[in-house]
Amino acid sequence: MSEVLVVVEATKEFGVKKVTLEMLTLARELGTPSAVVLGGAGAAEALSAKLGEYGAEKIYAAEGDEIDGYLVAPKATVLAELVKRVQPAAVLLASAQEGKEIAARLAVKLDNGILTDVVGLDADGTATQVAFAGSAIVKSKVTRGLPLVTVRPNSVNPTPAAATPAIEQLTVSVTDTDKLAKVVDRIAEQKGSRPELTEAGVVVSGGRGVGNADNFKLVEELADLLGGAVGASRAAVDSGFYPHQFQVGQTGKTVSPQLYVALGISGAIQHRAGMQTSKTIVAVNKDGEAPIFELADFGVVGDLFKVVPQAAEEIRKRK
Amino acid sequence: MNIVVLVKQVPDSGADRNLRNDDNTVDRGSANNVINEMDEYAIEEALKIKEAHGGEVTILIMGPDRATESIRKALSMGPDKAVHVVDDALHGSCAVATSKVLAAALGQLNADLVICGAESTDGRVQVMPHMIAERLGVAALTGARKLTVDGGTLTVERQTEEGYEVVTAATPAVVSVWDTINEPRYPSFKGIMAAKKKPVQTLSLVDLGVAPTEVGFDGATSAVVEHTKRPPRSGGAKITDEGEGGVKLVEFLATEKFV
Repeated sequence: MSEVLVVVEATKEFGVKKVTLEMLTLARELGTPSAVVLGGAGAAEALSAKLGEYGAEKIYAAEGDEIDGYLVAPKATVLAELVKRVQPAAVLLASAQEGKEIAARLAVKLDNGILTDVVGLDADGTATQVAFAGSAIVKSKVTRGLPLVTVRPNSVNPTPAAATPAIEQLTVSVTDTDKLAKVVDRIAEQKGSRPELTEAGVVVSGGRGVGNADNFKLVEELADLLGGAVGASRAAVDSGFYPHQFQVGQTGKTVSPQLYVALGISGAIQHRAGMQTSKTIVAVNKDGEAPIFELADFGVVGDLFKVVPQAAEEIRKRK
Repeated sequence: MNIVVLVKQVPDSGADRNLRNDDNTVDRGSANNVINEMDEYAIEEALKIKEAHGGEVTILIMGPDRATESIRKALSMGPDKAVHVVDDALHGSCAVATSKVLAAALGQLNADLVICGAESTDGRVQVMPHMIAERLGVAALTGARKLTVDGGTLTVERQTEEGYEVVTAATPAVVSVWDTINEPRYPSFKGIMAAKKKPVQTLSLVDLGVAPTEVGFDGATSAVVEHTKRPPRSGGAKITDEGEGGVKLVEFLATEKFV
């Protein structure tokens, strides 16, 4: 079977991201998965056990400052060389900022089609995408070149399939043009131990109804009790209640968790755009006419400052 | 500094949006078409740089005839002029072909700085800035929440999952911005009147030296095979809190095995 290249998404702090495991699971349906690690020195070694656990038969690695010290262009160059050499059946990347950017450059370098925000991929290369804020389901195909797709987190249930991958170090030959955008600093911002927003199985979000930044502690508390991530509506972010990287909706993140809890969120179409493919939706809002209730599998019309602490207490009791 | 802002006309994301049944492209005919929201932040950033450092701001848009509404709207915010790439053969173009056309147009405009929104609200594909930079052989500083211009050096803060990165490059470069970067101005009455007289140059594929077979459906590198409307969600149980709302909420979560 042909190789399927999976470009690994990982973080220094948490290692291999769940979307990578989803991509390896998906890749096994299409051929033999090979993981591609593009990152800092030693990254492949550190990630190999996890990648093997989910079926990576081989790991290609390009590491070091030449790769990691610049914005995505060197990664695309290395990947393009690898694709030309191994002629994979497909190339999968994460449908996140960097994955899409690497894929964009790869598409131009290879004059190859690209499909983003893919939630399913058939053996014949037909991809399923969710479009227009989750209101349309689109089946698409790359018609020139190989299937080059970016996979949306929480699309596939990752299942282990043990393999023992060997690491092949790639020779890095990046050009001066690849080194035009230099990363001079990386600053970690407070995040804590919560799961990443787009990958979390549970997301608890707060909206304008939360009232102020301090009250977001309530949202965080419920998220922590449910083992989830914290999100925020645009109204809450614009009001300065919570940082922008946690914004769910049209101009923020798209999430598709098993459970989405909307607290004090009215459910404007721009917010729904980012969350309406969630499996189960629960809402608490003072306004019984709020559009969020049209989506919610369970809704509580009431004061979130009464309902949420009571719910938190009840969860603690049951634990 | 010669700044070009990429603008896209998109169907209003606040209304019902569809794909056409005949050719699977975005239905722009029946939609209320507006400037892609994120592009307004790109225009604002360009105007701020011009105000601080001098230069000229040009709007570049690729789209059908009706995109002229969006061009006037964009110009009413303050840019100096616009270039409209319009050609019937462009209908059905994929992202790869679109980047080829935009790069060809930018090649004629000698921009020091190209600014665009980080994504459009219709496709949300996010690939255009890097595709264009790849074609032009210039830097791409994408996903900026802050942009600083110091002579010919650009520095951006780029939001990441973990925090942010500080990335620098020399001009010429492509910068894409999120809506956290600024607060776009509203067009003034004077601006709206002035926009009617600002020059709008139209360019066809012939002007750009791009063959019709390289774009549209003929040149597309991907195709939509079929599309269906996703059935709308229907609301489930809705209760009014009478002192037990929190407990009932947890009972529901327990039946769904979340607790």
